Amino acid sequence: MVISNEAHARQFIEAIPHAKELGIWFETIGEGTVEMHMDYDERFIGDPKTKVIHGGAVFALLDTCCGAAVISHPEQRGLTATIDLRVDYMRPATPWQTIRAKATCYNMTRSVAFVRALALDNDDDRPVAAATGAFVAGN
Amino acid sequence: MMKSRREPVQVVKERRDEALHTLVRSIPYIQFLGIVFDRRGDQLTAIMSYDEKLIGNPEIPALHGGVIAAFLEVSGVIELSWSSLCKEIEASSKPTQYTLIPAHIELPKTIDFTVDYLRSGLPRDAYARARITRSGRRYASVFVEAWQNDRDRIFAQATGHFLMPKPLNVEKSTPS
Repeated sequence: MVISNEAHARQFIEAIPHAKELGIWFETIGEGTVEMHMDYDERFIGDPKTKVIHGGAVFALLDTCCGAAVISHPEQRGLTATIDLRVDYMRPATPWQTIRAKATCYNMTRSVAFVRALALDNDDDRPVAAATGAFVAGN
Repeated sequence: MMKSRREPVQVVKERRDEALHTLVRSIPYIQFLGIVFDRRGDQLTAIMSYDEKLIGNPEIPALHGGVIAAFLEVSGVIELSWSSLCKEIEASSKPTQYTLIPAHIELPKTIDFTVDYLRSGLPRDAYARARITRSGRRYASVFVEAWQNDRDRIFAQATGHFLMPKPLNVEKSTPS
């Protein structure tokens, strides 16, 4: 039986305890592109004064989404691991809104996969955060 | 018999601990990850106790990269916020009557955060310490490192830039 990378990515991410804990789900998976969503949850509040969720929760969503983008890439064999990831926080995410992450694995070498991603709330024109990173390729 | 009058140094210590606990308790996400802080003098160590929900790769098993990043970011934010709060409290005219009100706390805002994953995070407790490398009126730079069973084997490190809040008006939150 051949399991496509797309199926593999979905299956794997859904087995991640922390992704489940954050309530992360797949919206779409393509070849090297993934969109994932995370609902607002009061347990993720990082600033009690403004009710804005913590940057760490956004980071976790972006990291998960970037990793899935690598796994779903047609040239990737097997799983991956983050080498480094940088997140720029452009503005606070609006409380009570779902955060959407969109990641693309835009370049793949024999040993490194390069990924970028955006995190958005309901406002498509003003991203909440952007990520760039390098992941382990191959296996 | 115990003397009822305590040493001033003890009072300062209690104020520092009180500020730290109020700060940490007020942030739900820190409770969600189960992070606590240990204070020795002016040095803070963040401790994240192992829990199955922190796992990212169940096959190895390894801590989730996002959890590691969040742990480092929390350490950085608390270090920055607590050290500036302590300075403000001690500089106020009545530090002894000072009470920190959670609703008055304005936290530093993360501008960017970069994490290097040096080794996979083992399914066990993790520790982190942050160092403020530059602290200006508006921007601050922080370096954070994390380890597990061996202090010399750092499993993740991070650098971040933060936008600092305007100094809290300590006198305002002091009950008269």
